[in-house]
Amino acid sequence: MANNKVTDQKKAYQSKVMMLLKSDKGGSILIAFLLALAVVVPVCNLMVPESSALYMPTYIVVLLGKYLCFALLALALDLVWGYCGILSLGHAAFFALGGYAMGMYLMRQVGDRGVYGNPELPDFMVFLDWQALPWYWFGFDQFWFAMLMVVVVPGLLAYVFGWLAFRSRVTGVYLSIMTQALTYALLLAFFRNEMGFGGNNGLTDFKDILGFNLQEDLTRVMLFLATVVCLVLSYLACRYIVRSKMGRVVVAVRDAESRVRFLGYRVEHYKLWIFTFSAMLAGIAGALYVPQVGIINPGEFSPLNSIELVVWVALGGRGTLYGAIIGALVVNYAKTYFTGAFPEVWLFALGGLFVVVTLLLPKGIIGLIEKQSGRFSKKRKIKSKDEALPASESKQALQRNQT
Amino acid sequence: MKTLQRIQEVMRRDRVFDFVVAKDPLASPLLDTSHGPILYLEDVSVSFDGFKALNKLTLYIDDGELRCIIGPNGAGKTTMMDVITGKTRPDEGSVYFGQRLNLTRMSEPEIAQAGIGRKFQKPTVFEALSCFENLELAMDLDKRVWPSLTQRLNGEQSDRIDEVLQKIGLLSLRGDPGERLSHGQKQWLEIGMLLMQNPRLLLVDEPVAGMTHQEMDQTAELLTSLAGQHSVVVVEHDMEFVRSIARKVTVLHEGSVLAEGDMDTVANDQKVIEVYLGE
Amino acid sequence: MLQNSGSSFKLISIAILTVILALFLLPLPIVQAAQDSAKQSSFEQIVTLLAQKSFKEKAKALDALSHVDDERVERILNAMLESRLYYLKSDKTVVFTEKVDGLYQLNAVLNQESLGTVKKKKIKKISLNNKLRKKIRLILAKIKLSHPDAAVRYSGVKELLKKTSAETLFLFRELRIQENDDAVLEAIDTGIALSEIESTDVSTQLDAIKVLGESLLPVARAKVAALAVAAGNAENIDLKVRQAAEKSLKKIDGSLEFYAFIEKLFFGLSLGSVLLLAAIGLSITFGVMGVINMAHGELIMIGAYTTYVIQLLMPNNIGMSVIVAIPAAFIVAGLVGIAIERGVIRFLYGRPLETLLATFGISLILQQLVRSVFSPLNRIVETPAWMSGSWEINSALAITYNRLYIVIFSLMVFFALLVFLKKSVFGLQMRAVTQNRQMAKSMGIRSTWVDALTFGLGSGIAGVAGVALSQLTNVGPNLGQAYIIDSFMVVVFGGVGNLWGTLVGAFSLGIVNKFLEPWAGAVLAKILVLVFIILFIQSRPKGLFPQKGRAAE
Repeated sequence: MANNKVTDQKKAYQSKVMMLLKSDKGGSILIAFLLALAVVVPVCNLMVPESSALYMPTYIVVLLGKYLCFALLALALDLVWGYCGILSLGHAAFFALGGYAMGMYLMRQVGDRGVYGNPELPDFMVFLDWQALPWYWFGFDQFWFAMLMVVVVPGLLAYVFGWLAFRSRVTGVYLSIMTQALTYALLLAFFRNEMGFGGNNGLTDFKDILGFNLQEDLTRVMLFLATVVCLVLSYLACRYIVRSKMGRVVVAVRDAESRVRFLGYRVEHYKLWIFTFSAMLAGIAGALYVPQVGIINPGEFSPLNSIELVVWVALGGRGTLYGAIIGALVVNYAKTYFTGAFPEVWLFALGGLFVVVTLLLPKGIIGLIEKQSGRFSKKRKIKSKDEALPASESKQALQRNQT
Repeated sequence: MKTLQRIQEVMRRDRVFDFVVAKDPLASPLLDTSHGPILYLEDVSVSFDGFKALNKLTLYIDDGELRCIIGPNGAGKTTMMDVITGKTRPDEGSVYFGQRLNLTRMSEPEIAQAGIGRKFQKPTVFEALSCFENLELAMDLDKRVWPSLTQRLNGEQSDRIDEVLQKIGLLSLRGDPGERLSHGQKQWLEIGMLLMQNPRLLLVDEPVAGMTHQEMDQTAELLTSLAGQHSVVVVEHDMEFVRSIARKVTVLHEGSVLAEGDMDTVANDQKVIEVYLGE
Repeated sequence: MLQNSGSSFKLISIAILTVILALFLLPLPIVQAAQDSAKQSSFEQIVTLLAQKSFKEKAKALDALSHVDDERVERILNAMLESRLYYLKSDKTVVFTEKVDGLYQLNAVLNQESLGTVKKKKIKKISLNNKLRKKIRLILAKIKLSHPDAAVRYSGVKELLKKTSAETLFLFRELRIQENDDAVLEAIDTGIALSEIESTDVSTQLDAIKVLGESLLPVARAKVAALAVAAGNAENIDLKVRQAAEKSLKKIDGSLEFYAFIEKLFFGLSLGSVLLLAAIGLSITFGVMGVINMAHGELIMIGAYTTYVIQLLMPNNIGMSVIVAIPAAFIVAGLVGIAIERGVIRFLYGRPLETLLATFGISLILQQLVRSVFSPLNRIVETPAWMSGSWEINSALAITYNRLYIVIFSLMVFFALLVFLKKSVFGLQMRAVTQNRQMAKSMGIRSTWVDALTFGLGSGIAGVAGVALSQLTNVGPNLGQAYIIDSFMVVVFGGVGNLWGTLVGAFSLGIVNKFLEPWAGAVLAKILVLVFIILFIQSRPKGLFPQKGRAAE
């Protein structure tokens, strides 16, 4: 009897997931791909002998994990930019804050194994001759607290910033510039030694997470799996939001903000919650990123990172959640390849990508594919009505001029 | 056990909730029209950079009335609508919805939720959303953030949307995104959204621009049918259309009321003729 | 015998008389010659005395030298301070030396004649200790006091003020009679007061304290402060003196504070002018055209590199090169700007977020281009002579010329632009296009042409800003990035599309930043300013001077 209930519930959940992925072919393929990775990577890394051709070296696992963190970050940005029209140039900051929260936990886990052997203070604090742990470091020795902070700190910042900005109707490029200023201010702040986050060098030399040695293959594979799980769950959550009425309101806000207001919706609340949720996702991405790459420093706040992130989403196709993920994977793979093979060319390529995407691919790779397949079967395009087509800002701008 | 029963009662599929049945126009419980007028504008002035768009405008709209507002370009018609809907704050003067709701202190969404709907001069529908979704967003349901995450339309509600789609002639384009509609179709969709909103007071800015004669007649019929239960304020340039629906006409000129009365009185008013034919 | 003795007495008296007469009647030139030769010999002698080992003897020689009125003295003393004065071990002749290829080139002290080159072991340096160095400086200062140029005299007096004594007091009193330059006179008065403050006479002391109250020199403040503090616990000092000293100290501190304030204000203006230069171009492209040009910083960088290249082309004329660089940078950056507009931006009008992304891509390309062409390292652009140095207004306030010129230059650029936009045909067309494109087109204005030139204008001004920046910082590929966010802040803060707003915004942000710096530190000051603007924009989304009316909505 009880067993039946559990299976019923399971079935209910399954059907709900199925509902979310219905008419989301791209998303389904993507999730299938991610789940396949989650099987293949551990097997190839841990079970296949090193001599085998199928063996996957650990650095590849780490690299893939890093890409997936970026994919999660891109997903977060796509939700606010692609659906709500808020071009945030500050998402790298939320990412970095999440990363710092995780880094602080890892730093506390080092304990007395640091160079100076101080059981309480991280090395850089001993070096700076600090006597006691600053108050904001308290609690970070607890995993649950650190994980809470991973979402709370970026979320709170986004909430406060968003509350101020959306309430006074700072929109469009103004908002973008303000978010960039925010990131820049944080960048400068975290460079300061007095802030108590390791200044220039950031937090590094981590030893273990939840008692597992970070250098071990098994831990790395587990972290990779955690990233896959977070990405899939986040995808489903975003998918749920965009398919709900909230998603439709948000798209309406993107296309004609003031009209939504006259229908009786408090636009600023919708924007605020989407923005905050997105910042939290970015924080989670940062928290997954730090233990895998082993360092977090103020460079992550750099405005360049935030803008680069925008091009991932733009290339993949904004306004399609899986497009953002694909964009992040493609650009980051290209980055790894170019910076290895032709380091000189990378910035040219990235710069060129910005120009090409905005001029020629307003809907990104996904738009291109849809157009291609649309030529063969025109019907499909009409059917996918719940997939919001990204309307360009031009329309918004026009409307703004005319109202 | 009792709770379970109660839950079962609530979850019964054939149960019809009150808020679904209620067809009364959306209106704030604070709305008080016991003195007659539903909208009071008194001595309202608005100026942009020294230019007085509204100049001590005083205007009352009665509950259930259908009022036409005409006036040459720059008379302040759109600014008046902006003031009522909270888009523009007046420099001075008071704007009340009923006896108690001070519109100058309310935000746009608050005003909309209190029961004032507006159709814009230039139709602005949500281009990325289908006609059905456009109407769904306009529907008088809970418009707060959290409920919107879980809100699903029930059969009755989606039937109501289809009904409106039928009325505005867009049923066949139910799933088409707004960007594919023609100008006239967008006008209709806007009117449909206004109907879905089911407001107590409708502000309709140039409803028949870009419509055929036949469509104009339909619109006229629709607007007159709405009057009574709703109050309707129509701003229109097309005199023929105004004549076809108007019971009472207000002429605005340079930000204040020039003349008021039925169509014939106004049309024969010397000042109005001067303004329209040029000094 | 008597006769004999008488005649001999006569003889003697005659001889004496003759000598006396001779003394009186001897022609003057002979006397002069004798004196001259005496002086010559004494100068030579004194100089040779310098070659003695003992510092005491050297000091005596220096004292003697200080009384000799000879222009060679200054040269010798300077050579001594610079350790270029040696003597030959063989005959103790004092010589000037100059090291040439490991050998020492000798020059005679007396007439600068070349004496050939010798090896190191043949000569010995005339060594000094700190006491002697001080003495030499004092003598040099005294020499300066008789210099015809008032500025030299002023620096001489200031040198002497460091150590006052009865001797300097006497000297100052002497000098005061002939001096007619106000600044020097003031310095001399300070010097006199510095000595007189030690006096036992209360009224002299009071006067001296009063005089020192006007002075901004650190010595003067120290003296007065010492008196004011010492007076607190020493009973033998007159109450009046104590009060006067306290009053004067307060006055000195007050004026020092005032000048420190002026200096900070100037630093703020200087930072503001840099921000203004960086932001004006942006104000045009962003405010007038609605284009978010993220490559604006790189256009500034291009201007700076143009300056660098021009200096490479005319290495012998650094002074002119900066002047030449201004139009050159304007043209180069302007052309790059027009290329960007024609190539990319014209397809993106009305889509500000897209222009942001595309121009960001361009900025990356330009940065990497510069890295590939010029190397990723910073380049140093030389400052021409007429821009280096500083203008010393008084001892508490000095303004560096390069910053002063940049403040003036930025204002010139601003007003030139303002006049250009108001008065020229192009300015009129530009405003027409931005206000109503369709109407402008139908009146025969080629709007695409106006767009390109407007963007070129904004970019050209960025280039000019680059010239100014090259005089303040090193020129590197990241130069532009450092200014882009600040420039945007200025434009947004001032109010988009309003040049006056940009002016006010730039200067107020610059000044606020510099006033925050002392107590918050440079980085925190910057953070605070950023946070302030973020908060400010929330309450006034359209900036300080918003565009009003329906058109702005």
